[in-house]
Amino acid sequence: MTMLQIDNLCLDIHGTEILHDISLSVGPGEILAVTGESGSGKSLTALAALQLLPQGATMRGQITLADRPLSDLTEAELCARRGRDIGMVFQEPMTALNPVQTIGAQVAETVRQHHHISRRAARLRAEETLVRVGLSPDRCPPDRYPHQLSGGQRQRVVIAIAIVLGPQVLVADEPTTALDVTTQAQILQLLARLAREDGMGLMLITHDLAVVAQHADRIAVMRHGAIVETGTARAVLSNPQHAYTQSLLRAATRRVELPPRTATTPLLSVQNLSRSYRMPRRRLLESPQLVQAVHDVSFDIQRGERVGLVGESGCGKSTLTRAILGLEPLQSGRVTLAGTAISPDKHVIRAARRHMQVVFQDPFGSFNPRHKVRRLICEPLHLLDTAPSENERNRMVDEALFDVGLTSSDADRYIHEFSGGQRQRIAIARALLIKPDLVIFDEAVSALDVSVRRRILDLIALLSSRHGLTYLFISHDLSVVRSVTDRVMVMQAGKIVEEGSTHNVFTNPRHPYTRKLVAAVPHLDTTELPH
Amino acid sequence: MQRYIVKRLGSLLFSLLVASVVIFVVIEIAPGDPAAFMLGINAQPDTLAALRAELGLDAPKIQRYFAWIGGMLSGDFGTSYTYRTPVSDMVADRIAVSIPLAVFALLLSVLIAIPAGILAAAKRNKSADLAVLGATQMGVAVPNFWFAMMLVLVFAIKWRWFPAGGFPGWEDGLWPAIRALTLPAIALALPQAAILTRVMRSALLDVLGEDYMRTARAKGLSRRQTLWRHGLRNAMIPVLTIVGLQFSFLFAGTIIIEQVFYLPGLGRLIFQSISNRDLIVVESVVMLVVFGVIVINFVVDLAYAAVDPRLRDRT
Repeated sequence: MTMLQIDNLCLDIHGTEILHDISLSVGPGEILAVTGESGSGKSLTALAALQLLPQGATMRGQITLADRPLSDLTEAELCARRGRDIGMVFQEPMTALNPVQTIGAQVAETVRQHHHISRRAARLRAEETLVRVGLSPDRCPPDRYPHQLSGGQRQRVVIAIAIVLGPQVLVADEPTTALDVTTQAQILQLLARLAREDGMGLMLITHDLAVVAQHADRIAVMRHGAIVETGTARAVLSNPQHAYTQSLLRAATRRVELPPRTATTPLLSVQNLSRSYRMPRRRLLESPQLVQAVHDVSFDIQRGERVGLVGESGCGKSTLTRAILGLEPLQSGRVTLAGTAISPDKHVIRAARRHMQVVFQDPFGSFNPRHKVRRLICEPLHLLDTAPSENERNRMVDEALFDVGLTSSDADRYIHEFSGGQRQRIAIARALLIKPDLVIFDEAVSALDVSVRRRILDLIALLSSRHGLTYLFISHDLSVVRSVTDRVMVMQAGKIVEEGSTHNVFTNPRHPYTRKLVAAVPHLDTTELPH
Repeated sequence: MQRYIVKRLGSLLFSLLVASVVIFVVIEIAPGDPAAFMLGINAQPDTLAALRAELGLDAPKIQRYFAWIGGMLSGDFGTSYTYRTPVSDMVADRIAVSIPLAVFALLLSVLIAIPAGILAAAKRNKSADLAVLGATQMGVAVPNFWFAMMLVLVFAIKWRWFPAGGFPGWEDGLWPAIRALTLPAIALALPQAAILTRVMRSALLDVLGEDYMRTARAKGLSRRQTLWRHGLRNAMIPVLTIVGLQFSFLFAGTIIIEQVFYLPGLGRLIFQSISNRDLIVVESVVMLVVFGVIVINFVVDLAYAAVDPRLRDRT
């Protein structure tokens, strides 16, 4: 028996073929992982299962939900099934909830939409479901609004909305991509548990093979709108047939080769850095609470060293980064770069920028869309005291583009013509243009697909051996930090709780928090797969 | 929430204080002697002295400021120099026209704009949307006094449904007064409704693209239910801003329409007292208008918090 059956699904959007000949099925209590890079058609397949396709889409083939073909149903009948027989969890928990309704009301709405029961009864049902997904009323009462919840909690609410009526099929589209590693592990466990307990078919869409390895029964690999390989998880992971699956597996397991470290003279020094924020007062006459974002943090980075900083969201990584960049007034402590103290003073920052450049997370938001790549890359040149001549400048841009694997003709294109991975290459080219002493990679690969991410990490390793880079690599993703750093610092609640050579910290973590983080990392170990 | 209200109230009081100081300084202190200004260059010295005594210009400036504020707080706005009647009586008569007119016009504007904006957004790029957008283009481009004249031509002169101008007062009953205000309110409301429709449409279109609308569809809500239950309240936030601004404008900025319909409103009172150099009236009426606008902004701020729970936790 199958819960959801997709046969020969083809999909056009405004005449362009997006999906061809997709056939999938999900049985009761079964977890089907659909994987592939962004743009491979995974999400559209999911939306097709709910018949929530974008405008201009035309579909052929058949989708059967609980033995009833969806094409036979009217829109009203489809509405009666969505939320009741099939639920969906989306990628972005920060925006998937209505900001002006309480979470309890949003869960209860699914119930009242399909059953004629009283408001009170629906609310009780919603409360039970919230408890089931791990949101107990004493810690996260149903009258909270979404903005009062963390990303992981919000994703639990979205899951509660989807499962409150016990649907036969749950479609989860990249449910953990936006979350950090421990939250990701918890959400995946929750989804797997719900599927097994309720006998619910789970279609889990993800670009990260390691994420699905531990939970999936079967895997379907998609590329360019078609399924290239499908089979049991064990078979696909241990003995991939298709070349594309093999390359995906390689990308997920291969380590980057870092060149050996060279000189050792101190470059960046952070001493006893602290920064706290005042929280808004909750009541009128209550004294405001202080949150210690960074608490007495000290470390050094030597020239030529590649250091990682890991921790969950909210651990103080961002505040620390901002302090190093001179964007944050220090309450106590001292940051020195090559002997000069950093402070939020305009002149100090300008001088410091010559020695220190940043690559940010979002390859889509960190460029001005109106400028061509040449101008974007040249931005740091204003930091130099003597502006280079135009010829010199063009030569620098060509060299920088070549360095990151692009060509000089790319300099005259606009940023929207590039993919996410290419944009991140351009961001790296921009950061390296003035040959800074220190580069800060602030979640620089977190928004990228597995294989694109791997190529960017290869590029960083290549540039390290070519130019002897010194960098601080900040990420919530431990597997990334592991592959491109010599030394790693683990941050929790504003403090550095563990520090040491990357190899030692990962193979033999001492602090309980580090152990928890390392354990939560999804990893591809084919010997531990379910049979 | 408490904290939000207290903060908004504090900001309201502060704005009032600053506004009163600015008005006082500009009118009573800055351009030399108000009495000489009011009487003009040919004034007799003894008339001037009498007016100075009447205005209390001999007292120190700080004392005059507090006397003015204290008077306003107790309802004593001074006496008009031109008409020799208490300013508070004059203002009371005018407000009896201006506030109902502003409320009437705003009500019409909202009643037209919200459904039209929803219709346009729901039928995006279809003929209904294009028709609404075309109409709003006209509404924004055509000045309201032209609408006023057209309305008078059609509904007052040709069909005689409404009076062409004047205001009978509220003593003769509700209906004649409302009839007299109907055409001016429509003329005022049309351009406002055009702007508000566009804001409503674009706010709703923004909201329709949000992820939580997709979540709502996945729950099994129909397109229409999604729009009404999840779209509207989120789209109201920018709409409220514009409604607040429009009410402020309608409260005192309706002088042209008052002129066309010969209505004794606040706008005309300000205009006449400026022409007559009646600074006592100008000062008090301007302060009153500022008070009204600031209070409206306060109400809009409270409405924001009612619509958007995120605001209640912030600040």
